[in-house]
Amino acid sequence: MSVRRVMGSEVEYGISVQGQPQANPMVASSLVVNAYASATVRARRARWDFEEEFPLRDARGFDMSRQVADPTQLTDEDLGLANAILTNGARLYVDHAHPEFSTPEVTTPLDAVRWDKAGEQVMLDAQRRAATLPNGQPILLYKNNTDGKGASYGAHENYLMRRSTPFADIVKHLTPFFVSRQVVCGAGRVGIGQDGRDSGFQLSQRADFFEVEVGLETTLKRPIINTRDEPHADPEKYRRLHVIIGDANLAEVSSYLKLGTTSLVLAMIEDRFLTRDLSVEGPVSALRAVSHDPSLQHTVTLRDGRTLTAVQLQMEYLDLARKYVEDRYGADADDQTRDVLARWESVLDRLERDPMSLSAELDWVAKLKLLEQYRDRDGLEWDDAKLALIDLQYSDIRPEKGLYHRLVRAGRIERLLDDALVESAMHDPPTDTRAYFRGRCLEKYPDAVAAASWDSVILDLPGRESLQRIPTLDPLRGSQAHVGALLDRCENAEQMFTALTR
Amino acid sequence: MAQEQKQPKRSSETEETVEAAPETDVAERKEALDSDVDDILDEIDDVLEANAEDFVKSFIQKGGQ
Repeated sequence: MSVRRVMGSEVEYGISVQGQPQANPMVASSLVVNAYASATVRARRARWDFEEEFPLRDARGFDMSRQVADPTQLTDEDLGLANAILTNGARLYVDHAHPEFSTPEVTTPLDAVRWDKAGEQVMLDAQRRAATLPNGQPILLYKNNTDGKGASYGAHENYLMRRSTPFADIVKHLTPFFVSRQVVCGAGRVGIGQDGRDSGFQLSQRADFFEVEVGLETTLKRPIINTRDEPHADPEKYRRLHVIIGDANLAEVSSYLKLGTTSLVLAMIEDRFLTRDLSVEGPVSALRAVSHDPSLQHTVTLRDGRTLTAVQLQMEYLDLARKYVEDRYGADADDQTRDVLARWESVLDRLERDPMSLSAELDWVAKLKLLEQYRDRDGLEWDDAKLALIDLQYSDIRPEKGLYHRLVRAGRIERLLDDALVESAMHDPPTDTRAYFRGRCLEKYPDAVAAASWDSVILDLPGRESLQRIPTLDPLRGSQAHVGALLDRCENAEQMFTALTR
Repeated sequence: MAQEQKQPKRSSETEETVEAAPETDVAERKEALDSDVDDILDEIDDVLEANAEDFVKSFIQKGGQ
């Protein structure tokens, strides 16, 4: 494979109610999700099909008729459980105490960025709608990962991988990559330590919250490599690598390289191309030390005795990736794979010579540059509250207030997508995965979809006693090529279901 | 696909890169860069939340994943 594979992102947004620091974040998150859902989701609200927790595949073990019997319950969900499945195939819901947007499954890094950015716009729309509710207080949303006081919330990536790849290989080759990739995709943070007790700037929002090398947890003792094993696909063939170490990116180039380079490294691991051992001594402390040095001069010690900066370690991976793509594809490599390689090389090369020259491409550099300008002009020390505010407000998703957005508007941040592409992705699903089937069903047969999930669409059809579950276990089926014509042709869900099962 | 950098460089680097340029040119460019920086800071001054200390203090989150 290349940079192409089934992938997606899930982002938990920071949330606060203006003027009410004590407001319950679960209630606020539910307000946001429900405000969007009730305004945009037509007719009944399809439920999330919790197939991993409930034995839905065993029809005998799941009382579906009760779910259907009380449709008011579908729209009037319990606070804290607010959930909406969107016509673009995404999931908008409340996870812990944050609103979360999970993108539909896509197959390229650029599409992953596109639907991730669409998620920002969905959140913005949701936030605005929540503010217009009776007694609605303005709710503010932030695409960041920490409050600087000890709490962190995630921005996860998911990559579909071959089950046959030994997990030990993933751990071995991915850990040094994750320790070093923050020089490219860190979002930047003011404050050092989980609670920000020391002043200063670091590359990553998340680095200080990682405490172990490998593990199952995601909310405590966070591991560099997460072992959650919910493939949402045929478990014999696939695993879903759940990456919890990334920062939430606003800059499209940061986000694109994060997904593209990680996908390439996974391809090399799957193809057993990585024979060089780049293991780092003490990866958890190395991760933090790299993050804490925005001059990028910190060196990590490899198990083979070499000492490299994080940029140099990334260059090792780049070098291998170039050889891999040349070896496997030569001149036939697809455009996006070549683009990711070229950008990765260009970014690393400039990080080595002059990191600040990346301020139009990388989040952490854009943020640091702004902070340094304020420090210069106003003579601010790193512990000045104004700098913490700039860090926070960089991630405010409102175009009029968010500093990332102001930089974009001032032409100081490069974009890969245009607004029209992002806007259409708020409603349209990707065409080349099962998200297409899910999204189109919700768009065309809103009354008939009782529930859905990554690997199913459940229909409630008139005249049929029980619900009909259509499994979508293969992420690459249910695409436009597979079912586009069928969905175009069938006026209602009954026709579609009959045609599918004939 | 390297992009042209439109934003000014840091002052220390600016001096290095324009070393060879004629005196007047340097002054003009320095002025242009400074005003460029001022423009964006002015713009951001206008949208920054009013009381930085209170605002930052009241941003309290529950942990997530």
